[in-house]
Formats: sequence, structure tokens, C-alpha cells
Amino acid sequence: MDITAAKYIGAGLAMTGLIGAGAGLGILFGNYLQAAIRNPSAAAGERTWLFLGMALAESMGLFGFVMGIIILFVKV
Amino acid sequence: MAAIEPMVQFMVHKLVDLPPVPIPGLGLLDLSVTNSVAFMIAGASLISLFFLVSAKRAVVPGRMQALAEMLYGLVDNTLTGGIIGDRGRPFLPFVFTLFLLIATFNLIGLAPGGFAVTSQLAVTATLAVMTFAIVLIVGFLRNGLGFFKLFWPSGVHWGMGLFIMLIELISFSVRPLTLAMRLFGNLLGGHVVTYMFASFVVGLGLFGLQGGLASLGFLGSAASFVMIVALMALEFVVAVLQAFVFAALTCVYLNEVVNLDHGH
Repeated sequence: MDITAAKYIGAGLAMTGLIGAGAGLGILFGNYLQAAIRNPSAAAGERTWLFLGMALAESMGLFGFVMGIIILFVKV
Repeated sequence: MAAIEPMVQFMVHKLVDLPPVPIPGLGLLDLSVTNSVAFMIAGASLISLFFLVSAKRAVVPGRMQALAEMLYGLVDNTLTGGIIGDRGRPFLPFVFTLFLLIATFNLIGLAPGGFAVTSQLAVTATLAVMTFAIVLIVGFLRNGLGFFKLFWPSGVHWGMGLFIMLIELISFSVRPLTLAMRLFGNLLGGHVVTYMFASFVVGLGLFGLQGGLASLGFLGSAASFVMIVALMALEFVVAVLQAFVFAALTCVYLNEVVNLDHGH
């Protein structure tokens, strides 16, 4: 298998890491919305932690994306 | 058809070539002005200009002063005040600077012809290492060797505690890496995806010019254009959000070392 084909396959495999990121973000925002509908006045106090949790969950998917970009574009 | 090169937009090239300066101990330092340096200077000048315009003391604030007060209130109430508490006041200038710098660099990169400074891993790694160094220095200055109590879980058997301490040490040491890569990955991904959709607009449009059934290419081109509009909206949100998240995580890490004795 020549190196370019292997690069494309590797980059595609690296993108499967984003499955977890999507699932995690959905769980996070779903829980926040459920709690916000039950207790709307307390929702504003937790907004900081919502954004923090969103960034941390999204960064996991991003690490996979960056690995894919490195596999695809870095000349060795 | 021109080649689709998503990574060319991130190339750093020199604008003004200055001779390298020898630094004793570090070797040669290349101080030439690159496009990255030029956009960093532009961002810093924009922030300084904003301070000059908005730092008035009117009791009824004008627009610029109201914006500055909102930003100060965000950092003071939500970030250092909300996350660290009363002991967070000394860190307000640092967190405020981080937030404004990263937000400005991100937003400048979105302008047409703008170069995203924070899409360079060197820049984000520098910011992350600065944050990590400040956390370490503050931790050791405040707590001395009691700093290592941060990693010991309370009320466990000593064997389990050693295992958990190892995991906590690794997770602590990886923080500058994750801080740098989070900002870098968000900016890199945003710009690469926008470039790819832009290349679809042009490519499908050129394909549709061939007439006949290929005119469906214009439909795809229009759909890609709508996608770009949505993506740019997302990119504006991500630009400010990632600055907020970087500042917030800095506050969380500072809170751990500053409030170590207050119940970890």
C-alpha cells in the first residue's frame, strides 16, 4: 500500500474519535436543559460550568481531529 | 483546476527580514517580522486603542466604557470572583489580559485576509506554558511543599492513594498540553473546514458551468455557500467562547492551588 493511501485511511480512522465527542456534548447539554426547565432561576448560575464542560468534552474530539490533520499533512 | 490546499493559509512567512540576534545561552534569535508577528502587533494595538477610548470615568457610561465595564464585570464576577473567590483578585489582570488577547487574536483571524495567530501551536503553547508556570509558582509560594497535598486523595488506604496520586500527577502535568491543543485545534479545525467548503463552492460552480446535467453543480455550490455562512457564525461564537474557556480553565487551575487549604 503506498504511503498516500495509508495516510487517507489513517486520517479517516482518526475522525472516529469525534463520535465520543458528539455523544458527550449531547449528554451534557441535554442534562443542562433538563435541569434548567425544572429550575429556571438556578440555570444562570451554572452557565459557567456548562461552557467549561462543553469545551472539555469538545477538546477530546478535537485531539482526534488534530491527529488526523497531522497524519494527513505532516511531511515525514 | 487549482489544487485544493487547506494548509497553505497557515504558513508563516517573513515580511521584514531582520538579521538574527545572538542571545548568550540560547543561540541565535530570529527577530524578523513575520505575518504572525504583524497580526499579533495589530491585535495588541487594537486592544490598546480600545483601552484608550474606553477608559473614561463618566458616571453615565458611553458605549465604549459600557463595553469595557461589561468585560471587567465578566472577568471579575464570573471568572476570578466566581471560580476562585475573594483570593482571586490579584489574578484579575492576568486573566483579563488572557481573555482579551485570545478573543482579539481569534476574531482578527476571521476577517478576510486575516491570519489566525492562535492557529499556530507555538503561540497557544506559549500561553499555556505561561498559565501553567504561574499556577506552579503560586502553588509553591502559597503552600510550600504542601502543594503536593493537591494530589493525595483524602481518606483512602495508602496503596490506593499512591495509585491515585500517580494518576493525578499525570493528569496535572498534561494540563499545559491540553490547554494549548484545545485552542489550537478549535482554530485550526474552523479554518480548515471553512476553506474546504469554500473550495466546494468554487469547484462545484466551475463543474456546473459545463452545462447539461452538470448544472446541478450550481445547486451544490449554493448549498456549500449557505454552509459557509453557518460556519462563519459558528466561528464567531467559537472565537469568543474559546477565549472564555481558556480564561476559565486558568481560574479553575488557580483555584485549586490558591484555595488548597479551604477544602479540596
